[in-house]
Amino acid sequence: MAEIDTIVAILVATMRAGTPLLFAALGELITEKAGVLNLGIEGMMLVGAVAGFIAMVLTGSPLIGVLAAMAAGMAMSGLFGFLTLTLMANQVATGLALTIFGVGLSAFVGLGYIGNPIQGLPGLAIPVLGDIPVLGSLLFNHDPLVYVSLVLLAAVTWFLYRSRAGLILRAVGESHEAAHAIGYSVLKIRYLAVLFGGATSGIAGAYLSLVYTPQWAENMTAGRGWIALALVVFATWRPARVLLGAYLFGGITIMGLHVQAAGFAISSHLVATLPYLATVLVLVLISRDATRIKLNAPAALGKPFHSSG
Amino acid sequence: MQLRLEPRAMPSKWLRYSSPLIALALTLVFGVILFSALGQNPAVALYTFFIRPIGTLYGLSELCIKAAPLLLCAVGLAIGFRGNVWNIGAEGQLTMGAICGGGLALAFYGDEGPWLLPLMIVGGGLGGMAWGAIPAFLKTRFNANEILTSLMLTYVAIQVLGYLVHGPWRDPEGFNFPETRLFGEDALLPVLIEGTRFHFGVVLAVLAAMIGWVFVTRTFAGFQIKVVGQAMAAANYAGYSGNRVVWTGFLIGGGLAGLAGLGEVAGPMGQLNPTISPGYGFAAIIVAFLGRLHPAGVLLASLLMALMYLGGESLQMNLNLPLAITGVFQGTLLFFVLASDVFIRFRVKLVHNVPRTAP
Amino acid sequence: MTSQATNPGPAATPQLELRGIVKQYPGTLANDDIDLTVMPGEVHALLGENGAGKSTLVKIIYGVVQADAGEIHWNGERLNISNPAQARHLGIGMVFQHFNLFDTLTVAENIALCVEDSRDLAKLAEQVSAVSERYGLPIDPRRHVHTLSVGERQRVEIIRCLLQNPKLLIMDEPTSVLTPQEVEVLFQTLRRLAGEGCSILYISHKLDEIKELCERATVLRGGKVTATCDPRRETPKSLAEMMIGSELPVCQNVDGGDRGEVCLEVDGLSLPADDPFGTELTEIHLNIRGGEIVGIAGVAGNGQKELLQALSGEMKATHANDIRIAGTPAGHLPPGHRRGEGLAFVPEERLGRGAVPEMSMSDNTLLTTYQKDMVRSGFIQFDRIDEYCKTVVDDFNVVCAGNHAEARSLSGGNLQKFIIGREILLGPKLLILAHPTWGVDVGAATLIRQAIIDLRNKGTAVLVVSEDLEELFEISDRIAVISNGRLSPARRTGDTDVEEVGRWMAGMFDTAGSGEGHHAA
Repeated sequence: MAEIDTIVAILVATMRAGTPLLFAALGELITEKAGVLNLGIEGMMLVGAVAGFIAMVLTGSPLIGVLAAMAAGMAMSGLFGFLTLTLMANQVATGLALTIFGVGLSAFVGLGYIGNPIQGLPGLAIPVLGDIPVLGSLLFNHDPLVYVSLVLLAAVTWFLYRSRAGLILRAVGESHEAAHAIGYSVLKIRYLAVLFGGATSGIAGAYLSLVYTPQWAENMTAGRGWIALALVVFATWRPARVLLGAYLFGGITIMGLHVQAAGFAISSHLVATLPYLATVLVLVLISRDATRIKLNAPAALGKPFHSSG
Repeated sequence: MQLRLEPRAMPSKWLRYSSPLIALALTLVFGVILFSALGQNPAVALYTFFIRPIGTLYGLSELCIKAAPLLLCAVGLAIGFRGNVWNIGAEGQLTMGAICGGGLALAFYGDEGPWLLPLMIVGGGLGGMAWGAIPAFLKTRFNANEILTSLMLTYVAIQVLGYLVHGPWRDPEGFNFPETRLFGEDALLPVLIEGTRFHFGVVLAVLAAMIGWVFVTRTFAGFQIKVVGQAMAAANYAGYSGNRVVWTGFLIGGGLAGLAGLGEVAGPMGQLNPTISPGYGFAAIIVAFLGRLHPAGVLLASLLMALMYLGGESLQMNLNLPLAITGVFQGTLLFFVLASDVFIRFRVKLVHNVPRTAP
Repeated sequence: MTSQATNPGPAATPQLELRGIVKQYPGTLANDDIDLTVMPGEVHALLGENGAGKSTLVKIIYGVVQADAGEIHWNGERLNISNPAQARHLGIGMVFQHFNLFDTLTVAENIALCVEDSRDLAKLAEQVSAVSERYGLPIDPRRHVHTLSVGERQRVEIIRCLLQNPKLLIMDEPTSVLTPQEVEVLFQTLRRLAGEGCSILYISHKLDEIKELCERATVLRGGKVTATCDPRRETPKSLAEMMIGSELPVCQNVDGGDRGEVCLEVDGLSLPADDPFGTELTEIHLNIRGGEIVGIAGVAGNGQKELLQALSGEMKATHANDIRIAGTPAGHLPPGHRRGEGLAFVPEERLGRGAVPEMSMSDNTLLTTYQKDMVRSGFIQFDRIDEYCKTVVDDFNVVCAGNHAEARSLSGGNLQKFIIGREILLGPKLLILAHPTWGVDVGAATLIRQAIIDLRNKGTAVLVVSEDLEELFEISDRIAVISNGRLSPARRTGDTDVEEVGRWMAGMFDTAGSGEGHHAA
C-alpha cells in the first residue's frame, strides 16, 4: 500500500508541476494559432507571479490574487501587442524585451515581499469522488487551479476546432492577407489572442507563487516560460498534446527530486539541468520531421501585418 | 478621425540614426516619472543614476570594464541577429567560456608561466564556441529552434557552474564558500591603468568591435549574412548557404561571449563563483538592438548599458533604491528602441475617413 | 460620357455607379477621378495594363480599400462601402486574382468564413453541392484546399461568391490560371450568370477575351479613364491604343536557326516533393541547345516551381547526371556552382528572391555577380559593383533613383528589367527565366522579350517557363507543357497551336517516346 501511495504522490506532484506549463502553453498556443509569436511568456509569468502574490498578501483572497495575476499578464501582453501589432515591431525582439522587462519589473516590485510566507491555495477535494482510494487522490483531490487548467484545455480544444470564432482565428494565423481581404479585422483578432495568452501566463505565474511554492522569489519561474514555448512546438500546435507535454515535463522535474530523495548521490545542480536537457531533446525529436511542423504550424507565424488603404 | 501608420516611399535616413537617441530620451522621461512616483527628486536621482558614477577616472574605468563583456557579447550577437540567427544563449556561452578558461587556471595552479594567460584566452573562446556550436548543430541538422535550445543550454551552463563551484572545484581552504581558489598571478589579465581595474580585456573587446565592423561592412561573408537575414529566398537563389550563416553566427557569438566570460574571471574576479555575470549575456541582446546591429553602434550602446549597471549600484548606495531598477530601465529602453524603429519606415497620418465597422 | 443605349428596357437604374473616385498612395495617384457605370445583367470589362489602377478600383468597390474622394451609388442609392462584409451583404462578390483561400482548411470551412450565418457545416456543404451542380462547377466540400489544383481553387472562390446570390460579381484576371479549354467553361458560367441578371465586372488586359465576353468596356490608363466603348465593335488594335496610348509594340524575332552545343540536358529527372503542398516531378526529359529558346507552358502549380528549383540548384536532384549544364553533371551541385558552369537565372518572385527588397541596387548587383571578380580575398570590390550596376541600369533602361535606391522602390517592370539585365550581362551559356513579363507593363515586357531574343541570337540557350501562352508562342522556338509534374515533348512552335497546347496543359499527352516531333493524341 505504501508503494501505491508513493506512486500516487509522485503522479499528483507531477500534475502540480505540469499545471503552470499547461496554462502558459495553452495561452501561447492560441496566440501562435492567430499568427503571433510571443516569446515573452517568461516575463509575463514573472509579473503575474509577483502581482498575484502581492494581491494575495494585501487582500488575503486567493481569487483576487489569481485575478490580479491575470490582469498583470494581460497588461504585459497588451504592451507586447501594441509594439508588435500596432507598431509592427519585430516579434522575436519584442518578446525578448518583454522577458527582460518582466524579470526587472517583477524583481523591483516584489522586493519587499521576498521571504514573506503566505497560506497557499487550499485544496478542493470533490465530495464523494475524492474519497475513492487511489483514483480519488489522483483525479479529485487537487487545488482548484488544476481543475481550471483541465477545463481550459477542453475549452481551447472546443474553441479551435468546433467554433466559428476558432475557425476565424486559425484563418488569420494562416494568411492575414486573405483574412483581411475577405473582411476580418486581423489586428482585433490578434489582440484578443495575445491578451488571452497574457492572461493564462499570468495565471501560470500565480500558480507558482500562490500554490506550487507559496512565496515570492526573484526569477522563480526558472525558465518555465521558455519550456512552455517549447511545449507548443512539441505539441505541433494541438491542445491535447500540450497536456501530454506539460505532464511529461512535470514528471521529469519531480523524478529528479525523487531520485535525490531516494539517496542517490547526485548533485542537485546536475539534477536541475534535467528539464532543460529534456526540452532540447524533445525539440530535436519533433523538429526533425519538417513536414509535420509545416502542416501544423500557422503559416503566418511571426510575420508582421500592415493593411494598406 | 483616426491615426494611421502609412508606409514611407523611402525609409527616413534621419530617423535611422536618431531613433536610438529618441528612445533614450523617452527612457529618461520614463525615469523622471518613475523616480517621482518613488518619492525621489527626479533631477537628483537621474544625476545619481547617469552622471555621478562616471565623475572620476576610477568611475570611467569601471564603466569600461563593465562595458567590455557587454560589447564582446553584443558584437557577436549582432552579427548573428543580422542573419536571423537568434542566439539568445550568450549568457550560457559566457558561463562556459569562464568555466573553460578558469578551469585552465585552476588546472595549472602553482605550475604556471607567462604561457598560461594566452592559453586561457584561447580556452575561454573555444569553450564559448563549443557551447554555441550545440544549438547550431541542432538547428542545421534537426531544424530545432535555436532560440529555445540556446536558452535551455544557458540554464544548463549555469547549473554546471554551480555544480563545479559547490563541488569538485571548491576552494579547499575556502571555509566551504561556493567559490574556487583565487587564480595565480600569471592567470590574470594585466591591469593597464595604475590605481584602477582597467584590464587588458577591455582592449580585446574594442578590438573585437573593430574587426566586427570591417567584417559586416566590407566582407562578402558579412554581406551573405545580411542577405540571409533579410530574404532567405534570395539567399537560396543566389547560392548562399543558410546553414553556414547559422554556424558563423553561433561560432562568432559563442566565441566572443566565451571571451567575455574569461575576461570576467581572469579580470575583476580572479576566481570562479556561482554568479559570474549579472546577466551580461541577456543585456547584450538589448545592446545589440540599441546599436542597430552595427558594431560601431554596439560600442556606444554597450557604454550606455554599462552606465545603467553602475547607475543602479549608485542609486542603491546613495539613495537606497533597489538594484532591480536597472532591469526595469533596460527593458524600457529596449521597448522604446523597438517602438521608435517603426517610424523609420512609416509615418503617422491623420485620416478623416468614416471609421470602419467590424464585420 | 457613358451611354446607356446598349441596355434598353426597364433596367434604367445602374446596378453600380462610381463618380469621381480618387485614391492616392504614397508616390502614386492610383485612381484619378474615375467614373464607372455597370448596368444590371451587363458583362462590363475593366481594361488596362498593369499599374493602370484596376485593382485599386475594385478593392474600393469591394470595401477592402477606402477612396479618398468620390461617390459610390449602388442600385441608385449613394452609400459608403466600408468593409468586404458590407459589400457581400449588398450583393457584391469578388474573385481575387490571388485567391484568398486558406490551404490547411477544407473547402467547406473556407466558404463558411465568407458566409455570415454558417454554424452548420453539414448544411453548408449541401448548399455548396447544389450551387456547384447548378453552375457546372464540381467540387468536393470536404477536401483540403492545398490538395486542389489552381482551377479548382478558382471554382471554390466562385462558389463562395455565388452562395450569396450576388448582384455584381467582380472577376480579377480570372483566366491567367486556366487552360484555354477551362476558359471556355468559365465564360459559359459567366454568361449564364449574366443571363440571370447578375452584373459582371471583368478585369483583364487580354483584348481577345474582352472582345469575346463583354458588352461594354471602361479603359484605364495611368489611373484615369481613357475611354468607354463596346469592345465587340472595336479591333484589338484600337483597344490597345486606348489601353497603352499607342500601338502594341512587337518584337523583332528573326531566328537564324543556328544551334550550338547542348547547354542543358535533363535526363529522366524525378523528384519527390519536399513540401507537403508541392508537386512531385516524374521522369522529366529536356534538351536545349545554344541559340534556341524553349518555352514551358502549363497551369500554375503543376510542378513549375519544383522544376525551376531543381534546375537552379535550390533543390538537389537524385542523381548528378539527371541534370547536365554545358556537359557537366550538375544534379548535385549547389546554385553557386551551377552559376560557375554558366547558368543564369531569373526567378518568378522579383522582390524577396530575385532581389532583396531593402537592399540597394548595388547590393542587389553583388547578389548574383559575386563570381565576376567582385570579391577579392573575401573583401567586396565596391567600385566594380557600382560600375556593373550602372551598366545594367543604362543598357536596360532601368528607371531608378541611382545605385543607392532600394530595390523595393522600383516599379515591377523596372525591377524586372534590372534583374534580367543583371543576369544577361553575366554572359551565361544557359539562361532560365520564370514568368519573365508577369505583372509588367507593355513597354517593359517588349523590351524584355527583345532582350531574350537577342541573347538567343548570340548563341545562349534559353528556357522560359510561363503561363502566358501568347508570349510563349511569340518568342519560343520550341514549346513543351508541364502538367502534374510531367513534361510533354517539346514541339516546334510552328508545328503546334493553342488548341493542342491547351489539351497538353490538361495532362493529355504521352511522354513515352519523348523524341522531338512525337505526336501525343
